[in-house]
Amino acid sequence: MSDMSMAIGIEAPPAGLAMESVSFDHRGQALLHDVTLTLSGAGKTLIMGPNGAGKSLLMRLAHGLLQPSRGQIRWPNGQPRQAMVFQRPVLLRRSALANLTYTLKINGEPRAKRRAKAMEALQRFGLAALAKRPARVLSGGEQQRLALARAWLIGPEVLFLDEPTAALDPAAIKAVEDAIEDFHRRGTRIVMTSHDLHQARRLADEVIFLCSGRLVEHSKAETFFSAPCTAEAQAFVKGELVW
Amino acid sequence: MSTSGITDSALHNDSALHTALALVIDMDPALVDIVTLSLRVSLSAVLAAALIGLPLGAALALWRLPGRGVVIVALNALMGLPPVVAGLGVYLLLSRAGPLGELGLLFTPSAMIIAQVVLVLPIIAALARQLVEELWGEYREQLSSFGLSRARAIPTLLWDARFGLITVVLAGFGRASAEVGAVLIVGGNIDGVTRVMTTAIALETSKGNLPLALGLGIVLLSLVALINGAAYIIGETARRRLG
Repeated sequence: MSDMSMAIGIEAPPAGLAMESVSFDHRGQALLHDVTLTLSGAGKTLIMGPNGAGKSLLMRLAHGLLQPSRGQIRWPNGQPRQAMVFQRPVLLRRSALANLTYTLKINGEPRAKRRAKAMEALQRFGLAALAKRPARVLSGGEQQRLALARAWLIGPEVLFLDEPTAALDPAAIKAVEDAIEDFHRRGTRIVMTSHDLHQARRLADEVIFLCSGRLVEHSKAETFFSAPCTAEAQAFVKGELVW
Repeated sequence: MSTSGITDSALHNDSALHTALALVIDMDPALVDIVTLSLRVSLSAVLAAALIGLPLGAALALWRLPGRGVVIVALNALMGLPPVVAGLGVYLLLSRAGPLGELGLLFTPSAMIIAQVVLVLPIIAALARQLVEELWGEYREQLSSFGLSRARAIPTLLWDARFGLITVVLAGFGRASAEVGAVLIVGGNIDGVTRVMTTAIALETSKGNLPLALGLGIVLLSLVALINGAAYIIGETARRRLG
């Protein structure tokens, strides 16, 4: 398999994210209260918490899809190149290959190089045989890998993943997790939400734990899983869901 | 007496049908001229209406500008605009004393095209708005994640809604080719200059020249059937291929 990291070099210093007293309200309801955190280094951060804790919301704010109601979100080292993979991949109504060449096109890649790069990415994610298939008739796992291939071509310094394996079978989950490790090895900062403890243990370098829209804990993965500080996190790690 | 009268008229109609079919099969020059002009006028009108209406519909779908509601209601209402009223409006604009009288377009094919654009544009813009708005709901986060502005998202949305939009444009063509009021008023039904299928049918029927009227009717009906068949096939293919 060719080494794509040569093609799309990532040289910038690790992108840091600083959130200061970030809150988000929707129709008078506070969905996220006063979250302050910084992300730095090159690790993999898992945002965890029960349903409705504000995990996806926090990530959308970080990615800039939503604006906070109060507080500030800054990238002190400058806005990094970012990509996001959603729980249900949004693929364009075109072939798998055309989905990728589209991404290259809007990122200003010269036409002559698009096809080769897209084919390389398809190959890397085991989709080469499906290049001509319409993207939306692929299986769930294939669609998610295509979404990852698309993110790969953006060459992100930060990759956000919102429950990327929530609807997948074990083999597809493995493929997605391997892909995440590939991104990580290429130097991409990973920020991912999950409510799957096993997956989090496999992937996380650090954990951000949210509960009812509040940041409850932000610690190294070993610490979080072996000796969580707060009662909520203890219950969550033990598998007793906190609501 | 009355029985023989019915038989006579039935016989008359029967021979009219034969003559009509002969006119169609022999490609009678008068008939061909009329059909050609009809197609030229309606296709030009639909092309112009699509070039204006598709981006207009997409823009209405994407931007929440003040007055948007009024425009949408107006477009929806204009979908039912009676052709004679549209014809009258264009007639007043283009008549000698009208604001565009200088152009000398009244009673020319150009005037007929303009009148049909007025009829077709609301259909295309209003239906395109609905389709694009639905698609935008689905694509919005992904396209924003790619860093695309709304303006740059329009071509993507129009392309990805293409199968639905083809049906929309065909619906517009159906309206244009079937209407008689507008082209009659602004075209004047001048033989060899502005006579199209619908105006010719109206005239020939009133003159009692049933064969030509019927022949034109057959061509018009086949055309409409052909369009609907095409719309059906395109829709089915899209559903099967693109999921």
